[in-house]
Amino acid sequence: MKKNFNNPKNLIVAVVLFINLCLISCGNGGNSSGAGSDSTASAGSEDNTLLGAGSTFDNPLFSKMFSEYNKTTGLRVNYQSIGSGGGILQLTNKTVDFGASDAPVNSKQDSGLSSPVVHIPVTAGAVVISYNLAEVKDTLLLTPEVLADIFLGKITKWNDPKIAAINKGVKLPSATIVVTHRSEGSGTTNIFTTYLSKVNEDWNKKVGKGSSVNWPAGLGGKGNEGVAGSIKQTPGAIGYIELAYAIQNNMAYAKVQNKAHNFITPSIASVTAAANIQIPADGKVSLTNTDAADGYPISGLSWVLIYQEQKYKSRSLDRATKMVKLISWMIHDGQQYSAPLNYAPLSPAAVSVGDTILKTVTYDGKPIL
Amino acid sequence: MDRTVDNKFTAPGEVSPGVIDSVKKTERLKIRTRLKRSYRQIRTESVFKRTLVFMGLLMILLVFGIMLTLIIESIPSMKAQGIGYLWGKTWDPVRDVFGAFPFLLGTLLTSFLALFISVPFSISIAIFLGEYYPKGWLSNFLRNVVELIAAVPSVIYGFWGLAVLVPIVRSFETKIGVEPAGVGIFTAALILAVMIIPYAASLGRSIIQMVPSSLKEGAYALGATRWEVIRSVILPYTKSGLFAGILLSLGRALGETMAVTMVIGNTSLIPKSIFAPGNTMASVIANEFTEADHPIYLSALIELGLVLFLVTVIINMLGNRIIKRFINE
Repeated sequence: MKKNFNNPKNLIVAVVLFINLCLISCGNGGNSSGAGSDSTASAGSEDNTLLGAGSTFDNPLFSKMFSEYNKTTGLRVNYQSIGSGGGILQLTNKTVDFGASDAPVNSKQDSGLSSPVVHIPVTAGAVVISYNLAEVKDTLLLTPEVLADIFLGKITKWNDPKIAAINKGVKLPSATIVVTHRSEGSGTTNIFTTYLSKVNEDWNKKVGKGSSVNWPAGLGGKGNEGVAGSIKQTPGAIGYIELAYAIQNNMAYAKVQNKAHNFITPSIASVTAAANIQIPADGKVSLTNTDAADGYPISGLSWVLIYQEQKYKSRSLDRATKMVKLISWMIHDGQQYSAPLNYAPLSPAAVSVGDTILKTVTYDGKPIL
Repeated sequence: MDRTVDNKFTAPGEVSPGVIDSVKKTERLKIRTRLKRSYRQIRTESVFKRTLVFMGLLMILLVFGIMLTLIIESIPSMKAQGIGYLWGKTWDPVRDVFGAFPFLLGTLLTSFLALFISVPFSISIAIFLGEYYPKGWLSNFLRNVVELIAAVPSVIYGFWGLAVLVPIVRSFETKIGVEPAGVGIFTAALILAVMIIPYAASLGRSIIQMVPSSLKEGAYALGATRWEVIRSVILPYTKSGLFAGILLSLGRALGETMAVTMVIGNTSLIPKSIFAPGNTMASVIANEFTEADHPIYLSALIELGLVLFLVTVIINMLGNRIIKRFINE
């Protein structure tokens, strides 16, 4: 009997604890999206952990890099792959030490930032055009115009004269082209649509570029695996996927004509080649359709984003120095982990621009490096 | 007057003067402990009641909190798009033109189509388990299997749909001569139909088991066959309960995200037929939320959540109306 009488009290204690828990976690939620991030930052500095957030594309490479860096220096990095847009938002709210993005900060996002942010190129990737044509044994060749017309829904049959004209001697089937694209917002889509906007006026006017766009034709698959699955299953399908994913899954992909009119097979080497161009001092450059003669045209850089002035909120000089050193390591020694994971190592031009940018990062007006 | 009452009260104690004192003492002690106990009981009662009220209020607070957040967060989009958001046919994040109509249509089409497909199955299972085989290993086995359907994570359904269902639908589409994409509204509805069967089935089963046996026995006594008993006794009696189960299924179908987004084709174009690809509100939110990189875009997605919330509320209200009318009949 006595126990029974006590039960409701226990219940209440449990309820109170539960509510406390809720309040605590809500408080943290507020921190991560709102203003009061002091606690997070200081807690992090005590236990030697840096916080980062952003691109999902970078995540496998970053995991490898950070675990290697941890072995030599003991510094831990907590990277959340929440998407490039999310990473920029977290940096804007100053809840992370650095952001990572596959697209440079755009003007709309820039207006939210309280002080300038620098872009340090950290790795490069490419988007490949994969297709499912069982009858075709040769590698398909594509020109920018044909590619844009296919994704605009203007070319609907594989034996269209325009495709036949560039693939002489290849027997093309009369199958309908099933266009496949990413359903969710993604950096891959951003690179691909940026490329199409650059090479095709019609695409630029009708669709434009962005991490998600209003697709004039086709089906959406979720993630690289969704698009790849759709391509594998559907005869006559065409779609765009990340280079690393295509290599790992042995998918057929087309050679695409670059600005120098060469048909280029996408590979780690041809992506690095595409990045070996004059890179502007701010590091914000699109690798799509570059002048590089042997560069693959649908390539893109990925950046680490940090505030140029590191003294904000309650940040310590120690924390800022650790982070800048980490990023410097990433663009030099860290690059050795790129190729095994099918990321393209930075070109020498990109590394030297990254070095120059890191030297402009200051703490209380004084350079850190 | 008082004295007589007092006398009467103490009368049984007046046996011998020596005993009286001790009896009174134990009596008083008893009363005191009794009082203590009832105080405690009263306190427990009120604490328990207060806890219940608090829990109830918390739920109300939560729902209104969610709604308030959705409304506040979608104000920028409401200002930009106006009411035209609801029937706008273009969803273009690049140009900041947002119209929810294709997704609203997609959500309603997939959910109701799924309901249409699943109802015969769920009602049959409910009758089978509730009336024909309420006990026994077969019944237990079937019941567990049906409940297992509800326990499978929806992403598993998505993968299963992509790997198994899509090729089947594709060959079916080739046969009937529509564009053989495989993915689309129809495939999504099929997956949803499987996922929502358990909700209507298990609620229906317990309600059918609650039909008073006197009613059924009466019907049998009058010479009714089993089918006639089901048709004219069980179904009319359990109508409102069965409908409530179906409503529960519909609610699940409206909000389902992961499995749908994997097989629906995800296009912002308005579906031309039930075999065409489309998209639902929940799926668009899940797909585009992480990379919504400017405030108005984010706000438009949250407004989509608000619309989904309101659609669910309206359908539930209509459903409750219908259930009430059933009961009044």
